[in-house]
Amino acid sequence: MTLRIFVPCDASALSVGADAVASALLREAEARGLNVEIIRNGSHGMVWLEPLIEFVTPQGRIGYGPVKAGDVPSLLDANAQAGGDHPLRLGPVLELDWMKRQQRLTFARIGITDPLSLDDYRARDGLKGLQAALSMSPADVVEQVRISGLRGRGGAGFPAGIKWKTVHDAESDKKYVVCNADEGDSGTFADRMVFEGDPYMLIEGMAIAGYAVGADKGYIYLRSEYPHAAKAMTSAIRAAEQAGWLGKNAFGAGKHFSLELRIGAGAYICGEETSLLESLEGKRALVRAKPPIPALSGLFGKPTLINNVLSIAAIPFILQHGGQAYADYGMGRSRGTLPFQLGGNIRYGGLVELAFGVTLREIVETWGGGTASGRPVRAVQVGGPLGAYLADKDLDTPLDYEAMAAQQAMLGHGGIVVFDDSVDMAKMARFAFHFCAKESCGKCTPCRIGAVRGEETLDKIIAGENVEKNIALTRDLCELMADGSLCAMGGLTPMPVLSALNRFPEDFKPATAQAAAE
Amino acid sequence: MATTIPWDETLAWDTISELRGLEGAMLPILHALQEKFGYVDKRVIPMIAKVLNLSRSEVFGTISFYHDFKTVPPEGHAIKFCLAEACQARGAERLADHLARTHGVKLDGGDHNGLRVETAYCLGNCGLGPNALYDGQIFGALDEDGLDALCARASSKVGANA
Repeated sequence: MTLRIFVPCDASALSVGADAVASALLREAEARGLNVEIIRNGSHGMVWLEPLIEFVTPQGRIGYGPVKAGDVPSLLDANAQAGGDHPLRLGPVLELDWMKRQQRLTFARIGITDPLSLDDYRARDGLKGLQAALSMSPADVVEQVRISGLRGRGGAGFPAGIKWKTVHDAESDKKYVVCNADEGDSGTFADRMVFEGDPYMLIEGMAIAGYAVGADKGYIYLRSEYPHAAKAMTSAIRAAEQAGWLGKNAFGAGKHFSLELRIGAGAYICGEETSLLESLEGKRALVRAKPPIPALSGLFGKPTLINNVLSIAAIPFILQHGGQAYADYGMGRSRGTLPFQLGGNIRYGGLVELAFGVTLREIVETWGGGTASGRPVRAVQVGGPLGAYLADKDLDTPLDYEAMAAQQAMLGHGGIVVFDDSVDMAKMARFAFHFCAKESCGKCTPCRIGAVRGEETLDKIIAGENVEKNIALTRDLCELMADGSLCAMGGLTPMPVLSALNRFPEDFKPATAQAAAE
Repeated sequence: MATTIPWDETLAWDTISELRGLEGAMLPILHALQEKFGYVDKRVIPMIAKVLNLSRSEVFGTISFYHDFKTVPPEGHAIKFCLAEACQARGAERLADHLARTHGVKLDGGDHNGLRVETAYCLGNCGLGPNALYDGQIFGALDEDGLDALCARASSKVGANA
């Protein structure tokens, strides 16, 4: 009998030695005369347990983790192949509290299947969304997306249905669909997990999008920092072409759809949609002024549907189950689920998919278990480097687009980064300007110059020079950047800066004043 | 890291010609050239300009815009070390100090005894930082020992190639 063992191929698992564990399993099984088949699955998203391996037993898949290569002999000694007891034994992974309490719509397959197995994909609802879409008119597909209430998951939260309808209604000889996979925000990794854990879902979503808006060509623009994701998607596109989901007559006679993966070149700004389009066209990725909106004049001047990975990845579910099934989750005007990504100084980091409306405190404390260092949580940055820093008293805010906006914060792409009480918020405010200075495309002055001046001004504040005047100057500069920048890079850099200033003012007082106060 | 080959004009022409038919072919061409030669030699600027019917300044402008494209042959192998917020929250800056102190390598400070460490902003493994990317592989949960091992590995690779 062949022993089957799942060892994740997700970059998180690889980063802590999953390949070494796989080799050790093969070696040790051979030494014991066991036949073994290693299946590389995606990650379940509990990164503190990686590498989390699962033995297929008569009682189902039994998880063990975090496993080091050196643990393998003792696992086999403990008869893990039959689910035997071991200090690393977790039990059936899907029965763990952390997994059971999630609402996984987009991440339903991730961690369970072999990401590149077409059979696995089909066996677990794969392609049902596309089949449903192809049985409807494109306008009806767009209508389902509208009903779902899906909003752009890249951060802006723009209603996807409106965007899709605009591209659908645009008259043109050529249209494009583009997937924004330039996941540059610190603290986010859901897109990467989709690429590595369920690439066919994204391909299916892109195909549905192409059919709905009448595009025959799709591009996926992936950042260069994700080599494993690139490899997985390249293989998946090839397999999907061979299986006939992509290519000539993909949507029936005479209806073609081809999909191409393009790799970025290390520019954060390419996550901004117009900058991404410039980059796809082969140019310096300078942000474009809007209007015209990309939906009417996008890639090569043609109507272009551009959506984030998580928006596209939600589409197969929406088409399979109907827009209403998706809209049944969530709160207020934030419908559906968001895969939250928990990182930074957190005890239990990883991916938690939940309906909108869960509070930040539940995520950080219940799921995250507080800080990894064991010290108190002091600040939580939500929504990437352009998102606000929130303090303990703000943590009861429900995670919903409007509730966050009311706190002068944003959800962004769902990244949540936790800091303990050793964080220096003046330094983090300085870093926000530094990052903006480094990654600004340089087209508009408030962002290009403002970020540099902001960093210099924060340096003065940190050095204790004219602190009050320089704080006033920083606020003035933030107002100008927010009002005058061409895109969110310059426009939102003030958000982390001002949130640090407003919520953690004690970190901006000069050292002498602080000493005097104590 | 795939071994790179010395500048070869014929090979550069072949690489450019092979990809010229793509829509927006510039980035795929630059990536392909850099993968072959380890950097984007300035001699390709007029070649790409001619093939894609662009001005040389447009080609130069594109190359210089993106952090990834190197215009001189790299010495040593680069470790990309993450200094974004989530890794900072897990002590990445202390590790950067350790790099400078123990290995004499400054972030983005160029080559030092065959070792180069460049800042990256997010490698997408934020629950397991600090992180580094080397030779297409990601290394997570780095501490001083882990980083020392990675540096040793990167330095030895230089000797092996030389």
